[in-house]
Amino acid sequence: MKRILLTTCAALALATAPAVAQQKTVKIGFVSTFSGPVAAIGNDMRNSFELALDHLGRKLGGLPVEVIYEDDQIKPEVGVQKVQKLIESDKVDFIVGIIWSNVLLASLKPIIDSKTFTIVTNAGASQLAGEMCSPYVFSTAWNNDQTPQAIGLYMNQKNVKTAFLIGPNYAAGKDMLEGVEATFKGKIVGRELTVWPTQLDFSAELSKARNAKPDAVFAFYPGGAGIQFITQYAQSGLKSTIPLYTAFTVDSLSLPRLKDLAVGIPGAQQWVRDLPNEANKRYVNDFRAKYKTDPSFYGSQTYDAAPLLDSVVKAVKGDLTKKDEMRRAAEKADFKSVRGNFKFGPNHIPIQNFYLQEAVKDGEEFRLKTVATIVENDQDKHWQKCKMPK
Amino acid sequence: MLYLIEQCLNGMQLGMLLFLLAAGLTLIFGIMDLVNLAHGSLYMLGAYFAATFVELTDSFLAGIGLGLGATLVAGIVLEMIAIRPLYGRDHLDHVLGTFGLLIFFNEFVRLIWGPAGLTISLPSQMLTAVQVLPGVYYPLYRLVIILTTLVVALLLYILVMRTRIGMLIRAGASNREMVGALGVNIKLLYTLVFGLGAALAGFAGMIQAPLAFVQIGMGENILILAFVVIIIGGIGSIRGAFVAAIIVGLIDTMGRVFLPDLVRHFLSYSAGSSAGPALSSMLIYTLMALVLIFRPEGLFPASSK
Amino acid sequence: MKVWLTPRNAFVVALLAVLALLPVYSALTGNTFMVTLFTRIIILAIAAVSLNLIMGFGGMVSFGHAAYLGIGGYVVGILAKEGIDTGFIQWPAALVLSGLFALGVGALSLRTRGVYFIMITLAFAQMVYYIANGLDRYGGDDGLTIQRRSDFGGLINLSNRTVYYYLCLALLLATVYFVWRMVKSRFGLVIQGSRSNDRRMRAIGFSTFRYKLTCFVIAGVLCGLSGVLLANHTNFISPALMHWTRSGDLIVMAVLGGMGTVFGPVIGAVALLVLEETLPHLIGFVSYVLIGKEVVAAKEYWQLILGPMLLLIVIYARGGIEGLIAGSRRG
Repeated sequence: MKRILLTTCAALALATAPAVAQQKTVKIGFVSTFSGPVAAIGNDMRNSFELALDHLGRKLGGLPVEVIYEDDQIKPEVGVQKVQKLIESDKVDFIVGIIWSNVLLASLKPIIDSKTFTIVTNAGASQLAGEMCSPYVFSTAWNNDQTPQAIGLYMNQKNVKTAFLIGPNYAAGKDMLEGVEATFKGKIVGRELTVWPTQLDFSAELSKARNAKPDAVFAFYPGGAGIQFITQYAQSGLKSTIPLYTAFTVDSLSLPRLKDLAVGIPGAQQWVRDLPNEANKRYVNDFRAKYKTDPSFYGSQTYDAAPLLDSVVKAVKGDLTKKDEMRRAAEKADFKSVRGNFKFGPNHIPIQNFYLQEAVKDGEEFRLKTVATIVENDQDKHWQKCKMPK
Repeated sequence: MLYLIEQCLNGMQLGMLLFLLAAGLTLIFGIMDLVNLAHGSLYMLGAYFAATFVELTDSFLAGIGLGLGATLVAGIVLEMIAIRPLYGRDHLDHVLGTFGLLIFFNEFVRLIWGPAGLTISLPSQMLTAVQVLPGVYYPLYRLVIILTTLVVALLLYILVMRTRIGMLIRAGASNREMVGALGVNIKLLYTLVFGLGAALAGFAGMIQAPLAFVQIGMGENILILAFVVIIIGGIGSIRGAFVAAIIVGLIDTMGRVFLPDLVRHFLSYSAGSSAGPALSSMLIYTLMALVLIFRPEGLFPASSK
Repeated sequence: MKVWLTPRNAFVVALLAVLALLPVYSALTGNTFMVTLFTRIIILAIAAVSLNLIMGFGGMVSFGHAAYLGIGGYVVGILAKEGIDTGFIQWPAALVLSGLFALGVGALSLRTRGVYFIMITLAFAQMVYYIANGLDRYGGDDGLTIQRRSDFGGLINLSNRTVYYYLCLALLLATVYFVWRMVKSRFGLVIQGSRSNDRRMRAIGFSTFRYKLTCFVIAGVLCGLSGVLLANHTNFISPALMHWTRSGDLIVMAVLGGMGTVFGPVIGAVALLVLEETLPHLIGFVSYVLIGKEVVAAKEYWQLILGPMLLLIVIYARGGIEGLIAGSRRG
């Protein structure tokens, strides 16, 4: 009898679960990763988004905001379920976030089918820039291969003749390695893909790299995996013999842990904490004041999503059913981005500069610093494949 | 050739890690006839304990020592509260009950330590490679893992083969009822064996942690590999677990090293890069299936000795 | 004469009534997610029923049953990707392949018993898992989005949420009925006989190996069907569908509901997946009652309760939920 009671209770709880629809609020579903070795990324994105909402007075286009945070656990099948729940059960107006290319690719169908207005703030799967572009999906990040392409150019400048490439075996990992191959003029002497996200021990692959005797190694390992890779790279004695070039591996989240190990490892990025513009100074200073640490590029991209949405909601005066007007408003990119100039390409991917960054020791603290501009106003190479409806 | 030696060392290191897990698992399985899916949780707990104590004491060795003690206690408490009622039940009940424990421990760790995971930093003198043979450089810490585990394996061998407790353990693995009939305190023996297994698993977790990452669910994939090891080696046999662990470690590493290149000869470059690691993971399971088909009791069955 | 109005039967009828009326409730409240959620539950219930056929009645504990979910799903996904949308090809191909795989696995695995059987079925499932991981063209590790659901011409439109829900429900009922008839038949009696004493059954003159193998293949095909439905439901497949923890989930469903009867796993699947959705709310509710406010943080830790619950069910309630309702203890 007690069991039956419990079951009834459970059924009741399920029936009352959907929240009562509230009038006149902007509902945002925020999908990111809050568990596992990359949880720091999700937290940084959440913190930046919250800070941006604070800066906007917790309102978008004059309407109060409600944000529902969901954890995708780095798994595409979990991510797509969370996205479906946000769309069908919570009935959100916007989806923001998404770190991983494979989570994005899995979630795109429900997003596009339901015409849910979405701002992707990290995942840069090439398909999004190309054949799977959608009128209601925008990115405040980049396309995966742009950053490694910049690194490939830099490796040419440094006169690197042979390179060994290594990255995780998922959508972004493959895009990254192809990015380097697209611009690097030397010879690729090895190319390894490791199991993602479970494999964090790279012993066999590092031995392979040593044996291939390349001029340089290129690696892409986001989040905690980057810490493990660089630690093991140093530990195997490779750091002193073969220079390491990276994309999305050394960032301000991993730097406090890597410390000296990260110094002298170049990486490319579209945003660095010391970019000289007013919006960025406010962002970095307030972030440091509130969270006692530096924001990362993940955060900067997510910060940008809030003022972008603000401009969109303003343009339709809070009527979030006018999807086409919202789209036109978003395409104008009428907001102050923390990376200075910001404009969208025809496929809703930003056209932007890429900088060379390096870790330096600043007193007791380690910081990332802009060293040079590698490319200006870079546009991804997939935009012609995008057949965006007018 | 030198390259091959380096990769063999990598295989050995993985094998040693697997042995630490498999030794406890095979003892618990062989003596108590218990399928323990929560063994990987003890691996995880060991890593979390060690990470916490290293942080607190600021010393790598002290952290490992305290972590080991904590895992031992955790194992004994776990056995007394949750494992005891499962003895004598059928394997399906074990699978389900310890699956529940596995879920519980994942959430418990999340509650105590948070979802983000921890890292253990190595002492800076460990961050180098040493020359083991002319021309062969190998990371010092990995070498330390191999040597330490060999010492542990030796101690375990002495414990099982040369002491009174070991005699009971061996007797328990081949004939459980008889040991009970001889008036041995079976309850205590079971608790001790479980605690020993827990400490070994925890030790594996903490020495691997500086290379990998201390995170929720870290024990799940490696647990399945450890099961493969004890099935190949023969349930209840420490010697079998040792040999099988090295075989599995070497096969996995060699597969990862050579299969991608091999597959690339037949398929495109990118297809080879994906299919290679997948095929090498498959190799181990193929091996287990073959062993089971031709030698259903494993390579070194404990009971037939 | 059997008494039909038992608490257990009343419960089963009530559960079926709830399942049958769910889309109506969802249409009234506008919460379409309920239908999405329950479609998933019903599909996994089919898999649990098929597992229970071999595990509960045949005593063959398969720790690799999720492999058939994957095979069914991947056949649909791969054919769809190659431009073959028609369900008239996709579905039979998926079922045949699941059956063939079960035939191979069964022929080799049924030579072992006990924990060795558990491990060898796991080994084969892991092999399929890694094959799927290596299929670069079909997304590898990342999985594959299915752009269009199976097309049955004008016969039935699977893209309609409600139609699809009722199709899955009908297939679940058909599966339960089929398994029930099978268990009651001579074939089923041989299977159950060989679970309790294989040697005696062989002594009587039954080739139990062949009976068991047939049973294993049927379970594989039924679970393959569940995979086909799941792929069409989520429009997405990935190797994660076959991860060993998924096989563990299926075992949990079967045991939780009660292995002794055909309908038990359905109860188990509903209970487990509904618990997954509601335990967080229940915890919030309990904390509201106890201390007057909802502790949001506590809601995240619902598995902290689920885990020990499984252990307690194993120790104290061996007939599962089904057994508890029926009031009898099965062992």
